[in-house]
Amino acid sequence: MKLITAVIKPHRLDDVKTALQAFGVHGLTVTEASGYGRQRGHTEVYRGAEYTVDLVPKVRIEILVEDDDADDLIDVLVKAARTGKIGDGKVWSVPVETAVRVRTGERGPDAL
Amino acid sequence: MPDGFSAGDTAFVFICAALVMLMTPGLAFFYGGMVRVKSTLNMLVMSFISLAIVSVLWVLYGYTLAFGPDAGAGLIGNLDFLGMRGIGLNDITGTIPVTAFSAFQLMFAIITPALISGAIADRAKFAAWGLFVALWVTIVYFPVAHWVFFFDGGNGGWLGDRNGVIDFAGGTAVHINAGVAGLALALVLGKRVGFKKDPMRPHSLPLVMLGSGLLWFGWFGFNAGSALAANGVAGMAFMNTQVATAAAVLGWLAYEKIRHGAFTTLGAASGAVAGLVAITPACGSVSLLGAIAIGIIAGAACAAAISLKYRFGFDDSLDVVGVHAVGGAIGSLLIGFFATGHVGQTAQGLFYGGGFDQLGKQAMGVGVVAVYSFVLSWLLGQAINKTIGFRVSEDVEVAGIDQAEHAESAYDFSAVGASLARAASPSAPVTVPAKKTEVDA
Repeated sequence: MKLITAVIKPHRLDDVKTALQAFGVHGLTVTEASGYGRQRGHTEVYRGAEYTVDLVPKVRIEILVEDDDADDLIDVLVKAARTGKIGDGKVWSVPVETAVRVRTGERGPDAL
Repeated sequence: MPDGFSAGDTAFVFICAALVMLMTPGLAFFYGGMVRVKSTLNMLVMSFISLAIVSVLWVLYGYTLAFGPDAGAGLIGNLDFLGMRGIGLNDITGTIPVTAFSAFQLMFAIITPALISGAIADRAKFAAWGLFVALWVTIVYFPVAHWVFFFDGGNGGWLGDRNGVIDFAGGTAVHINAGVAGLALALVLGKRVGFKKDPMRPHSLPLVMLGSGLLWFGWFGFNAGSALAANGVAGMAFMNTQVATAAAVLGWLAYEKIRHGAFTTLGAASGAVAGLVAITPACGSVSLLGAIAIGIIAGAACAAAISLKYRFGFDDSLDVVGVHAVGGAIGSLLIGFFATGHVGQTAQGLFYGGGFDQLGKQAMGVGVVAVYSFVLSWLLGQAINKTIGFRVSEDVEVAGIDQAEHAESAYDFSAVGASLARAASPSAPVTVPAKKTEVDA
């Protein structure tokens, strides 16, 4: 199993959810997040005083998938999240040792 | 009512007095939106307390010091009307009852010290501020109002009545007076913790817009009402107020776009206030085109002036100096250029063939009020600071002055979170008042 984590622009969330559902993903976790990558936030001006707001709003999506699906799912996610502009975010995956469905106690791929 | 009384003028002045009253809560929101969340309430109530303190003092001795018969040389009123005794229901001044005139002038006395509070946002002890308001109106505002606003056929205030300084609605008595006092207090109290290091951006620009809108609305009472009659001069003052303010918004935004690259909301609100300040002394003596010129100049100049605090290193938190002292001085001095001689007053400015005479008088008015206000405000601030202390501790300032000084906070974020959690959770207990039905029955 793999854990796919994506940090994307908040306004792309609906498109990403739709694309993931079409792909067959049954569940995901979404968290509000803030951070910056290469774009380093933005500047605001109040009566001539400039403030650098370097942490910008993002959403963080986490999905557990079987190994075989991971690459395809990443492709679908990236395609749906992309605007082509700076600050689109990042997606990465890490191996997962086990997963348990709390309600039934099922383990491994059955729990997904 | 005696001969000369006008019901129309009286009704007009009462409405204007009520409009000017609304400016103080308007100012509270204008300032309140500009501070950080943790000191919002303190900022609001610093204006509000002025309504309470000054109203009481006005009746006790303020009115008689400002508008009682002159006690000598045009410097201060005598004590004939102490406690407002001796003022009858049928006594009139001009065409309106003295009671109406007194109510109108009271609102000016209230907002002037409230204006100062923006210079010391986030860091003044509330009791020290209240004491300052009481003492400041007594030794600074009431005398200066007498100098500028008390007319008695050449035996009134020494600036306005005896020396011809034009201040139709308070450019010197209100705005320069408050602006310079703000500078003095900012110097006495020192900079906020984190000044120039921490971001201190406004917590609510919508509140700032609401406040500036209320100020603009109330300012028609401030300026048009200063005609003390529902007449053509009031009409000119009203229109001058509108167009100068509009022009100042444009002036501020243009400066900002060129200098900083964006048209900001705070700039639009600040430009409006700068224009209102600048046209205040001039609205009874200039033409509409003159008012537009004054507005544009004041908008751009005040936008430039607010960077003074960074350049000179004093922390006038909400730019009372840049907007009120500078705006008031610009409006007062420009009378010396733009006074037409046939709006409300006969004095003519440089552009209308009047020579340097009126400009010299205006400069004297600006200088005298600025020096008097600065020196006394600074001494008063020092006296309070050395006795009961004017500034809260650094811990309180960092944590936010609202909870330490007022035992309250402006926004209950925790409760919002808790109610959302309750709404989202199906197992959350629902409490129903046990005997509700019986009580209702």
